[in-house]
Amino acid sequence: MSASIVTENGASPAPVSEFWRGVRVGLPIVVAASPFALLFGALAVDNGFTVGEVIFMSAAIFGGASQMVGIELFGQHIAPWLVVLSIFAVNFRHVLYSATIGRRLAHWPLWQQAVGYFVLTDPQFAEAEREAEQGRRVGFAWYAGMGAAVYVPWVVESGIGAVFGRLIPDAHALGVDFLLPIYFLGVLMSFRARAFWLPVVAASALVSVVAYKTIGSPWHVSAGALAGVVLGAFLSPVPEEGTRR
Amino acid sequence: MSDVFWITVAGAVVTYLTRIGGHLVLSRFERVHPRVEAALNAVPAAVLTTLVAPAMLTAGPAEWIAIVVAGIVSLRSGLLTMFLTGAAVLIALRQFMG
Repeated sequence: MSASIVTENGASPAPVSEFWRGVRVGLPIVVAASPFALLFGALAVDNGFTVGEVIFMSAAIFGGASQMVGIELFGQHIAPWLVVLSIFAVNFRHVLYSATIGRRLAHWPLWQQAVGYFVLTDPQFAEAEREAEQGRRVGFAWYAGMGAAVYVPWVVESGIGAVFGRLIPDAHALGVDFLLPIYFLGVLMSFRARAFWLPVVAASALVSVVAYKTIGSPWHVSAGALAGVVLGAFLSPVPEEGTRR
Repeated sequence: MSDVFWITVAGAVVTYLTRIGGHLVLSRFERVHPRVEAALNAVPAAVLTTLVAPAMLTAGPAEWIAIVVAGIVSLRSGLLTMFLTGAAVLIALRQFMG
């Protein structure tokens, strides 16, 4: 909260230190995502990818869950267009991120925005919203620092996983599959001061769980998110209709 | 070029479309209606919940205990402490509870 004073008196911090502040924000995500990146590389090779293809996929898509789904379906010899459609379905939630974060990035030059949206992962979105919530202007240097801190290890470690996949010890014992939910819970909790946080969480939890049981993954994410977002819009008191649009 | 190459290229294109699409649609409007604004403010809580809740459904006691401990820690301390505590509890419990 104290940081809001810095922005309000107009003195903008040096880009280099902002970049490193962003890198530090990315570090827990690197810890949480590393085992996942190594695992992705190892599984991709198991599913018929070359090491080069693993690195290319991580660099071009940069979306863990969708990449996992992609290699899994590819390994099952599903038609390529269906694999692509599934990647799209898994990543569909990002539409909400870009709609929401647009307000924070609008003051950047276009090329910076183009880069910014490329690295708009779950943690990138959540941390940028946190940054804005703490009264700071979301700066490109900070955002790029965090993006690079997550992107570079993601690409490198999936390559390492592809090369040394066989050497990975028991991934389950290391908690690999559950580290990201823990991290996401932490970010979720940090938004708890927001208006209607609890009803939104309750609605999204209920609908995503029901959708997970009925329509199945990955659409449960979009369905659950939509429920919370619609409820948030509905609960919010809005000034008289028709005054201004 | 191989199937993998084209799947990756197409997958990257559709992914980028989702990452910029919401902004491209919204930026066409001069003014954002307050209800839309309220909806956007609910996005972080809504989406993050959907990434946690279903994972709880398929989890077991080790994961539940870890997430409850992490949740309690998050009330008092920062994200990194919370995350490391949750991970430590999870890894410790998994050594003897599936």
